[in-house]
Amino acid sequence: MTGAITRGASAALRAHTADGHTTAAATVDAALARARAVKAGRDGLNIFVSLDERYLREHATVSATQLSDTDPGLLLGVPVAIKDNIATLHHPTTCGSKILAGYVSPYQATVVRRLSEAGAIPFGKTNMDEFAMGSSTENSAYGPTRNPLAPDRVPGGSSGGSAAAVAAGIVPIALGSETGGSVRQPAAFCGIVGVKPTYGRVSRFGLVAFASSLDQVGVFGATVDDAARGLGAIAGHDVRDSTSAELAVPHYHLAHAKPVKGMVVGRPKEYFPASLDPRVRARCDAALEHLRALGAEIRDVSLPHTDLAIPVYYIVAPAEASSNLARFDGVRYGLRITGDGLKGMYEETRSTGFGPEVTRRIMLGTYVLSAGYYDAYYRKAQQVRTLIADDFSRVFASGVDVLFTPTTPTPAFPIGAISDPYEMYMSDIFTATANLAGVPAMSQPIGRVDGLPVGGQLIAAHFAEEKMFTVAYALEGALGVRASS
Amino acid sequence: MAVTIDDVRHIAALARLGLTDERAALLVREMNTILGHMDELSKVKTGGVQEAIGVGARGVPVRADGGAPIQLERSIDAFAPALRDGFLIVPRLSSHESAEEK
Repeated sequence: MTGAITRGASAALRAHTADGHTTAAATVDAALARARAVKAGRDGLNIFVSLDERYLREHATVSATQLSDTDPGLLLGVPVAIKDNIATLHHPTTCGSKILAGYVSPYQATVVRRLSEAGAIPFGKTNMDEFAMGSSTENSAYGPTRNPLAPDRVPGGSSGGSAAAVAAGIVPIALGSETGGSVRQPAAFCGIVGVKPTYGRVSRFGLVAFASSLDQVGVFGATVDDAARGLGAIAGHDVRDSTSAELAVPHYHLAHAKPVKGMVVGRPKEYFPASLDPRVRARCDAALEHLRALGAEIRDVSLPHTDLAIPVYYIVAPAEASSNLARFDGVRYGLRITGDGLKGMYEETRSTGFGPEVTRRIMLGTYVLSAGYYDAYYRKAQQVRTLIADDFSRVFASGVDVLFTPTTPTPAFPIGAISDPYEMYMSDIFTATANLAGVPAMSQPIGRVDGLPVGGQLIAAHFAEEKMFTVAYALEGALGVRASS
Repeated sequence: MAVTIDDVRHIAALARLGLTDERAALLVREMNTILGHMDELSKVKTGGVQEAIGVGARGVPVRADGGAPIQLERSIDAFAPALRDGFLIVPRLSSHESAEEK
């Protein structure tokens, strides 16, 4: 039953770069060639918002110090694509929005600096739903990204470009960001691995803020090992982010050495409603059977406030967004459109620069924070959020090591299929709970339905990512490397 | 608590968003639909429940309100529109122009 532990492309690239069998320049050339071959450009899959081939070729180097290190960086010679809401020094950082078209940050995000320190090659900037608001990457000012596995379908969102870059085989690792499932949902739709770390595990310095009590940088990997190495490279305390935790970072890529036997895997009934697609349920049941065969105890548990996550999320996140996005006013960043006086300039700039979904959420957020409605909506939502977080605390305190659920109710849907905003919000129904509670979670491929990948979700207690990876490595081995392929 | 067109106009002004009549009417419908789903929360008993403040295992970390300024990774003249005597020269705001004209 137990398969071999998969070593992803990033481990091989590290070894081959260290022993001189390949170079960073050759790796970048190969990634660029792959991007062209899969038509990653604007007229094809539309994966990248900016990809400066000449710059990448000229700067695709690994320092002599890194090469001569007896224990080279975890990502030596590995190209890593970066979501367009993470600040980089060369490529623009537009957040998929017209309002930041051409904006180049004067500083880089801590996660990008850590990638470089680990020997990685920061690659292009990937397409996304504008300001990370969306679940399909259809809300980008630069057009929708297509799913490499089924180009008539969405790749998920909001980090759809990063997921597609990995799924298309251009890079083995990409950075995304999570507020309500924006890494795990596209990972599930594209048949790859996506990790949302614990709130506080990874620095957010340089991540453009959407909803500050929820936002986290996340990692995509072609395999569990790629994702483990990617997270290991960027995790850890940062004095520039007061919410980052001063805790040691385990070696996630060694988590496979720990046994699954004896672990308790919780199966929360609320994530398996009667309405769940029976084929998705069957893939989940099969994955759980593999874990049982590996010696894990499968325990039925309850997280009774799960169905309140979407109403809570879509009050809290827009409320915080309405505040965070107030800074985009035509004065300090990017686009400015002259209007009637200062107020007119603000209004013209923001109404022209923001797309419909961002406008909708700013309106919702401003409404729920406004006088007369704060208690009914925002305060109530924050109280129910406490109940959701308490559900997780209670289950993990009872001895459950990780929870297993479907990542999404359905596989990837066709481009343009969902026009109702609330129906789109429901895409996050199984993922938003982890963001509201601040716990780590990840998605990995567990099979296919009608040829489309299905994701299984693992959720752990705060800062227990290592347990999650132990189970994920074992499940990947049992299911046969990449259940998506 | 149905949202009206006046509410939408008021909220848009608070959020500094210019809306066409068509867009404002659409937002009335969309916000009412979305907020209708949110009303589910009103049925939940939350007496005595604390509002969530921070979601980390250790609550909200507190730090001193100070510290050295963050060093830029490139010089100001690499990204500023223009510099004069060490000051940034930025596009003039329309209201400033109006004030000067008066």
